[in-house]
Amino acid sequence: MKRKHKRLVFVSIALVLLAGAAGLMLMAYEENIVFFRSPTDIVEKAPVEGRRLRLGGLVEEGSLKKDGTTVTFKVTDLSNTVPVTYTGILPDLFREGQGVVTEGRFQGGVFVASEVLAKHDENYMPPEVAEALKKSGKWKGGNGANSK
Amino acid sequence: MVVEAGHFSLILALFVAAAQAVVPLAGAARGNAAWMAFAKPAAISQFLLLAFSFAALTQAYIVSDFSVLNVVINSHSAKPMIYKITGVWANHEGSMLLWVLVLAGFGMAIAAFGRNLPPSLRARTLGVQALISVGFLLFIIFTSNPFERMLPPPADGQGMNPLLQDMGLALHPPFLYLGYVGFSVAFSFSIAALIEGRVDAAWARWVRPWTMVAWVFLTAGIALGSWWAYYELGWGGFWFWDPVENASFMPWLVGTALLHSAIVVEKRDSMRAWTVFLAIITFALSLLGTFMVRSGVLNSVHAFASDPTRGVFILVLLLLVTCGSLALFAWRGPTLKSPILFRPVSREGGLLLNNLLMSIGAAVVLLGSLYPLFLDAVGGGKVSVGSPFFNAVFLPLMVPMILAMAFGPMLNWKRGDLIGAAQRLRVAFAAMVLGAGAAWVMVTDGPVWGLVGSGLAAWLFVGTLVEIFERARHFKGGLAAGLRRLARMPRANWGMTLGHLGLAVVIMGITAAGAWKRESIQVMKPGQTVTLSGYDFKFEGARQGNGPNYFYTRGTFTVSRNGKPIVTLEPEKRTYPVRGTPTTEAAIYPLFTGDLYTVIADPEKDAKGKETGGYVTRLYFNPLVSWMWAGYLIMVFGGGISLSDRRYRIGAPVRKSKAAPVNASAKGA
Repeated sequence: MKRKHKRLVFVSIALVLLAGAAGLMLMAYEENIVFFRSPTDIVEKAPVEGRRLRLGGLVEEGSLKKDGTTVTFKVTDLSNTVPVTYTGILPDLFREGQGVVTEGRFQGGVFVASEVLAKHDENYMPPEVAEALKKSGKWKGGNGANSK
Repeated sequence: MVVEAGHFSLILALFVAAAQAVVPLAGAARGNAAWMAFAKPAAISQFLLLAFSFAALTQAYIVSDFSVLNVVINSHSAKPMIYKITGVWANHEGSMLLWVLVLAGFGMAIAAFGRNLPPSLRARTLGVQALISVGFLLFIIFTSNPFERMLPPPADGQGMNPLLQDMGLALHPPFLYLGYVGFSVAFSFSIAALIEGRVDAAWARWVRPWTMVAWVFLTAGIALGSWWAYYELGWGGFWFWDPVENASFMPWLVGTALLHSAIVVEKRDSMRAWTVFLAIITFALSLLGTFMVRSGVLNSVHAFASDPTRGVFILVLLLLVTCGSLALFAWRGPTLKSPILFRPVSREGGLLLNNLLMSIGAAVVLLGSLYPLFLDAVGGGKVSVGSPFFNAVFLPLMVPMILAMAFGPMLNWKRGDLIGAAQRLRVAFAAMVLGAGAAWVMVTDGPVWGLVGSGLAAWLFVGTLVEIFERARHFKGGLAAGLRRLARMPRANWGMTLGHLGLAVVIMGITAAGAWKRESIQVMKPGQTVTLSGYDFKFEGARQGNGPNYFYTRGTFTVSRNGKPIVTLEPEKRTYPVRGTPTTEAAIYPLFTGDLYTVIADPEKDAKGKETGGYVTRLYFNPLVSWMWAGYLIMVFGGGISLSDRRYRIGAPVRKSKAAPVNASAKGA
């Protein structure tokens, strides 16, 4: 085998592997990239039922109801609200009036969350939530993600 | 007073590092032996100054000196002493100080152990090392000074996040940093070699053990982080493809590739430019990891420090290091070009395939982690790229990788025999079929990839054993003769064997815990029993009480199988009044076949807010999780064995052209 041939073999192996990886990524992209939506986004443009997405905002005061392991609550950006149901134990830092990010799908107008995300720090406001609140014009905190 | 001395010594370290960056590099360029020799004492004093500075900060934490802002924010007088000490690096400023301390520690180690290095190479390596130090010391002093005072001092501190008050988490950053920063040595060696325009077998022999040290620590750091997430977050998961986990995983992937390509440089004097390139990328990814954690640009469960100025500073540093070194590589790299002296099917070919797959894997993780940032920057909306994406892309890439891993060591250098190797590996093929078959019989309702994972783990494990068996020449002439042959095998080979065996065990653990996990969430009243994978979890009841600095709700479960009691588990839900934060303390009992994992939440309340006497509980059976931890241990142990190889320390081949100056410098330095 000549030197040029060898190089050709190595380059084609690398290209095949790269193409394979790119193909896998494109396939995964459709299914597995999850968009973030605020309640106002949801109300303005109804999302496709069954498509995975993230919904974030504040947990509306007085909206939390527990029934065994199933909880229902409302996520609000102070302009609009969306009802959420979730089965499981809520994260330690979940509280009414605090920021929350949930991931799941819409089923019959209700957001069925498969995940409710927790943060290390009780003062932490998820940046998407902060931005959603700013967009709805109800943001009263500072400009950082760390302000309450 | 001690605090001021620590602060002063930090600033002094900056000036020493600046001198260490300039003088030896200039000396090496001009061939001035005295200037080059300056690197060693400078590296040692830089380390001592930073060690003193770090000790001063630690002392402020130990005596709870609340006139120091950093102590006020991150400590509390009621905290247990051990967590006061680990609190030193559980915050942004302190952890950056630890970062440069480790960096200076590696610099001192090069100065101390590098006696047989050519003086110009050593001077340049230490000079580059000091340049990195300068960047990070400027960062600390101007944006993250841990010695800032707060006057008048408050009566008490603001405590530490209780989630961080934990041994696993306390040990995790130092190991991770020893790994991240350890790759700076390979980086500095590479930059020095680019300046010298010379990479050869001797160079690779110097770089390999340092890369191995970094790899061992990074592996241990990742394993500790994963272990912490497993028992502390209370979700029974051990890897979440969180941006911060990815930040430590990318340098691991490329660092592993570097470890393998350096072998080719040392043994075959080939793939030189590629190895230098990998060393640069590995360290760049380590810096990117630091940037991702420290800037808070990525939304992550770990992101607890977010300050835009700091982020920008590290980003600039990252760009300077990466672009600067890649520009140098583009300019000087062609001088390192080496001919391809091997066929595609050969030991080198196998190592190259490993390199390609590891690098592509790292690229996938990088793209997935940065894609949300990119899309947001161009106004495409907020997205999250989570585990479904990474599992769908990364895991398939690892299948050819693991298949090739058993082949690689069976192939000869230069030109290998693929069909012959396949015949020698027939036992491993059989093991793969048996492994997948056994999994299919035992878990009938699991996903297909569970079978694939089990088969691959069995393949890799047995394939690696076949290689060892051949090295013992099939134990011809009796067991003793075979063992004698194995005893003479170089330690570095044992490192490879253990590393690959350990990975096989890790793969089995990950597969089982990921594919066959059983979980059950329900409200339980005292006396109720829930059965999971044949284990009966009986809820005995719960009670409230006080810990050293928290209140708890503690549930009691007795677990039995077929009526035989196994263990009593007591998970807790804690509330820390200092910050008002609750945490979940899972109770876990590891068995050989899997972990019994229990979590308890607050008492169940009815619509009127009255307690019903029931508790929401989460029960898991996580199969083979302890195998995963054991596998990590085997890998780390293998790395350690490899490091003890005598060939790394004595008898390093001396560069022919520079033989004389080497000896002269050994005495002079």
